[in-house]
Amino acid sequence: MTTAHASSGAGSNPPPESDTVIDVRGLRMRYRDHEVLRGVDFTARRGEVLVLLGPNGAGKTTTIEVLEGFRMRSAGDVSVLGADPARGDERWRARLGIVLQSWRDHGKWRVRELLDHLGSYYAPYSTALVRRPWDVDELIAAVGLTAQAHKRVGTLSGGQRRRLDVAVGIVGKPETLFLDEPTAGLDPEARNEFHGLVRGLADERTTVLLTTHDLAEAEKLADRILILAGGRIVADGSAEELSRQVSGEATVRWTRDGRPFERATTEPTRFVRRLFEEHGEAIGGLEVRRASLEDTYLTMVRELETGNGPGERAARAFEEGPR
Amino acid sequence: MSPVWYAARLGVRRGRTELRQTFTSGQDVFGYVLWTVLLMVPLFLAGDERLKGAGISAGAFMLPSMVGMTLAFTGMMTTAQLLATEREDGTLLRAKAVPHGMVGHLVGKIVMVSGTALVSMALPLVVGVFLVDGVARQGGGALLTLVWVVPLGLLATLPMGAVIGSLVDSPRTVGLLMLPVMGLIVVSGIYFPLSKLPEWLQIVGQVFPVYWLGLGLRAALLPAGAVAAEVGASWRYLETVGVLGAWAAAGLLLAPSVLRRMARRESGATMAERHRKAMQRVG
Repeated sequence: MTTAHASSGAGSNPPPESDTVIDVRGLRMRYRDHEVLRGVDFTARRGEVLVLLGPNGAGKTTTIEVLEGFRMRSAGDVSVLGADPARGDERWRARLGIVLQSWRDHGKWRVRELLDHLGSYYAPYSTALVRRPWDVDELIAAVGLTAQAHKRVGTLSGGQRRRLDVAVGIVGKPETLFLDEPTAGLDPEARNEFHGLVRGLADERTTVLLTTHDLAEAEKLADRILILAGGRIVADGSAEELSRQVSGEATVRWTRDGRPFERATTEPTRFVRRLFEEHGEAIGGLEVRRASLEDTYLTMVRELETGNGPGERAARAFEEGPR
Repeated sequence: MSPVWYAARLGVRRGRTELRQTFTSGQDVFGYVLWTVLLMVPLFLAGDERLKGAGISAGAFMLPSMVGMTLAFTGMMTTAQLLATEREDGTLLRAKAVPHGMVGHLVGKIVMVSGTALVSMALPLVVGVFLVDGVARQGGGALLTLVWVVPLGLLATLPMGAVIGSLVDSPRTVGLLMLPVMGLIVVSGIYFPLSKLPEWLQIVGQVFPVYWLGLGLRAALLPAGAVAAEVGASWRYLETVGVLGAWAAAGLLLAPSVLRRMARRESGATMAERHRKAMQRVG
């Protein structure tokens, strides 16, 4: 067990209904003598999709569970929807959505029956602005389970089960949604539908924080990517911003008279123009490639893991980068 | 209506849904039937053997005792088993993620286990009265005893079951607890009167609710003369209320804080860890 103690005084909380929905400052988490989080800082605005990346054991799940109010932090100020998750009441919880990874629970319940039941807990928290819960049949259609609505949960396939998990997570029309590796085990088609669903929620001003190991997914979904490594957020920005920060260089590949060439350059446009001026028709198979999110991510994590020197430098570079 | 009461009402609905599910699931129904059949076996084995001085057959003594045992067993072990299982499979975590979901879950479990207990008691009783003579033949007055013994029995066992289910680390541990429970049944005067045991074992048996539930059910369902087979030749109503009441009070006192502590520790990570371990066991 970890000791619970939160140092936030009333004065340090952000204004309750400001545009900032998640505000994390100096979040620390210690398990006995092992410090998993050593000062995590980030914020999320209403309607933003944040993707939390990081190697296994970096503390992604811990971070998300602190925000959900499921885990007590060792130190730091955390505010979600204007409240400290460690003291969030049920009214606060009703505005939160949590997508859990199920494996066997509610096996005897039918899909519609379960969503109807879990949704009904949210009815007392319905407001003129946000009607709660979500209409069951609409919700089932939105996650693509209409054909399975009357099937027992225990008979669903892995992919269908994940859709149900998402449906359970959003049945209360949450203002903030947490998803810990929501697409693990989904086939590409289901993954794609899931992405559409998340974007749709964000369009309706739902703030989404999700973790994933799939970098393509992060690039596709995220308004902002956070990379958690070494117990801290070492990068914070859009996929483009991140790749520019890690490496200003682009790789240009081409063939001249059938022979392949490759060159790294900080000014690919000028380089390519010169290439054509000099060789004209002889140039073929031109390709200009900026560092992908995957390159960026791997570079960062590798530097952090191989030693302090370059890693710290990279971390500092990111902290100084544009927000 | 306050949100807590509202959630409690949803819990009642949840319990009813789960009862319908269990009584329409082939596997579960098979379980209830099997339990009934297993309880009937000793009735056949006892044959027409008489219980000395009590004016009833050994079978007539066993039948209400076993019904009482069923109540204790379901109330305590089923509750513990369900709670441990639902902690492992994430049902509880889901409840925790929903506003006042834990209230609904708990109320639902109480309804579900109580209903299961009543059916598990009724089945062997209904079948048994055709097999042995002299059970449930003395009408209204004694049957009134059931009206307080059964609810008090549920109160004495359910919260304790919840405490056990919260403290064990996995459903397998509840399975292991079955062994001492078997021993407890031997010293609880279910299959033969307690007076046939050495005195110190009688005392042990009278500490636990199983004996008192057996006694309470016998008081309700056996003819007046059968009291001769009991300790002190009395149905000991006051003592029954006292001991069962003490278990109920202890359970109701302990359960909320133990349940809260258990619920507080639930998180996706701890559940994923249990999932991983459970899968390793399977694989």
